[in-house]
This record gives sequence, C-alpha cells and structure tokens, in this order.
Amino acid sequence: MEWETVIGLEIHAQLATKSKIFSGAPTAYGAEPNTQACAVDLGLPGVLPVLNEQVVLMAIKFGLAIDAEIPERSIFARKNYFYPDLPKGYQISQFELPIVSRGNLEIQLEDGTTKTVGVTRAHLEEDAGKSMHEGFGDQTGIDLNRAGTPLLEIVSEPDMRNAKEAVAYMKKIHSIVRYLEICDGNMQEGSFRCDANVSMRPKGQEEFGTRTELKNINSFRFVEQAINIEIERQIDILEDGGKITQETRLFDPDKNETRSMRSKEEANDYRYFPDPDLLPVQIEAELIEKIRSELPELPNAKKQRFIDQFKLSDYDSGVLTAQKEIADYFETCVSTAEGEAKLSANWIAGELSASLNKESKDITESPVSAEMLGGMIKRIKDDTISGKIAKQVFEAMWNGEGDADSIIESKGLKQVTDTGAIEILVDDVITNSPDQVAQYQAAPEEKQGKLIGYFVGQIMKQSQGKANPKQVNELLKEKLKS
Amino acid sequence: MSLDKTEVQKIAWLARLSIDEQDISTYSDELSNILGLVESMNSVDTNGISPIAHPLDLTARLRSDAITEINQREQFQKNAPLTDAGCYLVPKVIE
Repeated sequence: MEWETVIGLEIHAQLATKSKIFSGAPTAYGAEPNTQACAVDLGLPGVLPVLNEQVVLMAIKFGLAIDAEIPERSIFARKNYFYPDLPKGYQISQFELPIVSRGNLEIQLEDGTTKTVGVTRAHLEEDAGKSMHEGFGDQTGIDLNRAGTPLLEIVSEPDMRNAKEAVAYMKKIHSIVRYLEICDGNMQEGSFRCDANVSMRPKGQEEFGTRTELKNINSFRFVEQAINIEIERQIDILEDGGKITQETRLFDPDKNETRSMRSKEEANDYRYFPDPDLLPVQIEAELIEKIRSELPELPNAKKQRFIDQFKLSDYDSGVLTAQKEIADYFETCVSTAEGEAKLSANWIAGELSASLNKESKDITESPVSAEMLGGMIKRIKDDTISGKIAKQVFEAMWNGEGDADSIIESKGLKQVTDTGAIEILVDDVITNSPDQVAQYQAAPEEKQGKLIGYFVGQIMKQSQGKANPKQVNELLKEKLKS
Repeated sequence: MSLDKTEVQKIAWLARLSIDEQDISTYSDELSNILGLVESMNSVDTNGISPIAHPLDLTARLRSDAITEINQREQFQKNAPLTDAGCYLVPKVIE
C-alpha cells in the first residue's frame, strides 16, 4: 500500500527577555543552580504572577510576521500536572484565546517550489525547571532557574508531508524569530526546540491516522532523522496489520531509534482552566499597528530585494538571507567592495562559509570581518590581485595577519599588470617550448583554447601567480598566432 | 449526573489526594451535587453572551521587562527538606 505521511510541529521558542514571564528574576543562561529562581518561580504561598510587557510585544511581532490575527483579548490558563520541576503543580499557559491565532508561512522546498504551511496558533507559557538524575545518588536534583522563562509555543497545522518539509518549516520559523530578535535561536541551550507529531494514512484517505509525538528534538538534523525513523516504524507496524498507539516517543540519536516514554494517556488529563491570578490581556488595535510599522525587513522581503538590488540568483539570495547576520555581513561587504555583489556573494557562500564550518563558528564570530572581506574584494575588482592570490590573502586575514592591503603589501602579492613585464615572461616561455608552440599552431582553433593552458600555467608559475591572467591570455594568443 | 467510585478515585489521583475508601461515597455525593448545579446552569440560554474569563471586569496591567529580584537561594533553601550543590533534592524520578 502507498502511505502518506502527515506531520505537524510544535516549536518552543524561548523569548529573549531580561526577566521572566511572570516575575522579575533574570533569565540568563548558565547561572549557578537556583540563583535565578525567586519566590514567584518557586510557587511559594502568597505570590502573584505579573505578566511581562515585553513577551506580549514579542508574541505580537511574531504573529504579524506570519500574517496571523491578533485577537483583542487573550487569557491565561493553568495546565495541571505533577512533576518535581514544576513547583506550583501547574504550568501557566494559554488554552482558549491564545495571543496569536491562525497564520501562514511560506517554505521553500528543495526542488525550488514553495509551499504554504498553516500555523494554527502561537501561545505564551512559562518554562519548567530542570531535573538532573545523575550525580545525586538515589535522588533527583532540581534546578529552577529555567522555571518561569517565557516561551512562545508555535503550533503548526498538520500540513507537512515529509521530513524535509518539516525541516524547511522549522528553519523558516528559526529564521523569522531571529530576524525579529525575539529569540536567540540557540538550540544547544534549548532556546529553540521542537516536538513533532507524526502519523500515516493510506494515500488518498482524508481521515488522519493515529499519531505519535516525538519529544524535544534539538537540532535540524535530528528532526529529519527522528521523523524518518518514526515513519519507517509506523509503516512496518501498519503493513503487518498492527495498530499505532497514541503515545509520546523519545528520539535517541545515539541508537538512531525512537522509543516509548511512559504511556501518558492518564497524565494528559490536564484539566485546563482560566488562571484566576491573571486578568485578561487587552490588546489595542493601535498597539498592533505601531508594532506592524516597526517590523524589520523579513527573510522573504529581504531575499526579493537582494535579487532586485544586487542582481543575485534566487539561490544565492536565499542562502544569504536565511540568517539575518549573514545578510547584514553581505551588505556591509558589498558596500566596502564598492558594490561588487556577485563576488561578495561567492566569497561569503564559498571560502568564508567553508572556513566557518571547519571551525564550527557562526558568522558573528568570524575572524574576517565584513569590512575586511569587502576590502579584499575591492582589490580583486581593481586588479591589484587575482582571484587565485586572493585565496592566500583570505587565509592570512583568517589567521589574523592584518587586512587585505597590508597583507598584499607585506607579502608582495600585488599582481603584475605591467604589460612590458608580462611580455618578457610570455616571450621566455614561447622560446623555451618550441614543441608546444608547434603543436598549438598546428591544432584547429577549437582545440587551441585547451592547449594554451600549458603556457598560462608556465607563466603563472614563473610569476608565482602574480601575473594578471587576462593579460597573459591576450598576449599569448597574440604572439602564438604567427 | 452522578460520579461513580472509579471516577472519584481518578479525580483524587489527578490531584494527588489520598482519600479513605469509606469517604468515597460522601465525595461522590458532594461532587455530583456540584455537577448538578453546573447542569442546571447549562439549561440557561447563553447565546449572545460572551464568556467571562475573570470575575473582575478589568484587564491586566503589565510590568516592564526589568530584573527586580535578587538571589535569595540560601534563604529559600532553608525551607527545603534536602538540598545539594544548590539543587533541591527529591526522590528519584526517571521517565
């Protein structure tokens, strides 16, 4: 039987506030255990939560970025369950009237086509603390620093049909929250995490199959792996005539498998009810319009502008605008390089990103700044150096040996563009290679292009790569004619 | 509507309440009475009336995003039965 996969994602984005969602305790990552957990976060008797204005503004920003409706009224609810890292015995979340309702997102697929994925809703909630099961003997250690950290949970429609679409969607959300500067997107630190709902149905069937939920997947690569493994597992069961159990499963990247967490049917009875400690949030239309007018340029708009303004290809523009910091780097680089966009794009997507990858660095940590790269590209453009020599210059800049001009100067890499000097080199090679000259001159014109490579190679060797290749080619052609 | 024994036990479990076997029928009667009250409210025509989320007709005042709390771990942990290395300790829970 042919099966169709149905995937929906729930993404938790930690909002980049200074203080918690309902208290004035700090949210900084990596502090000593429980030094950032105040009486409100600990759920001590007599405390009252007070909503952080910034989280409301951030959620609205996100809603507007995905063309969602922002309801005038929003309320908070208690989601009741017992776990030691949840001191109150309930999590403050939203059930009815979430802050962001239905929106849409366009994702780009590998074949270049686009697809619209619906966002059902996005709601605000507080994060729980952290349980540590190792190192405390037969006890579990609880760190409540994370308790009360603001989260925006973004729930998609079950619109994705394979793991690649799910990854594209997740990357798009990641890109948007970073553009909006409402989440740092750091997946290692758990600021951006994802649960995936996966089910199968016979192709053509309208009704959804039973789904499983894959929990806490913390990288783009793992999302793809986890979903694909789960698809295989479900198909195997269904083809053997079995039934899928609705349950929560955990992805284990080391064993490359998903496995059942304790069955949660009963635990899932959350008994949501409106939180009497929190009044409804009223969102004025003027506030929404003000935020709308202040929205930054978003990935899709930036991509189109790059295509129009810099005459970049769709692909290049997509690569450069996926991350805001890369786009900013590119624009600074181009302006330093006196408008040389295509070369800038090639160097950023090529040499620079390869070097960054090799050292697992983000573009913001690049030892070669946008100004430095732009300065080097300017020297390629004005023929001071060739593209080949530029690689040496780039490497030296990467190793902290200075900017392009000082490296070109100190290493004597300036390209030879003096026609007289090049002519001497050309004449030398021609005199010393009578056989190759004869062969070249005997060859039909369409083969000469290939044969000329020998002479160019010799000359570049002689000049240590510094002869201007264009001039070398022109002179050679001229001289070999006769 | 009336709740049977297993439903009462389930509700108690969800709230982590330990109840005595002999009290179950009392709880069952009392909870059923509450449900009865809700049921009679259900018979009222509420079309066109928007639900209230809060008994006070007010909206939330928000606080600005500022750090106003200092670290009081030592004081808070005086109340905890067990702590170690800055963590609160609980009996081991493993999923």
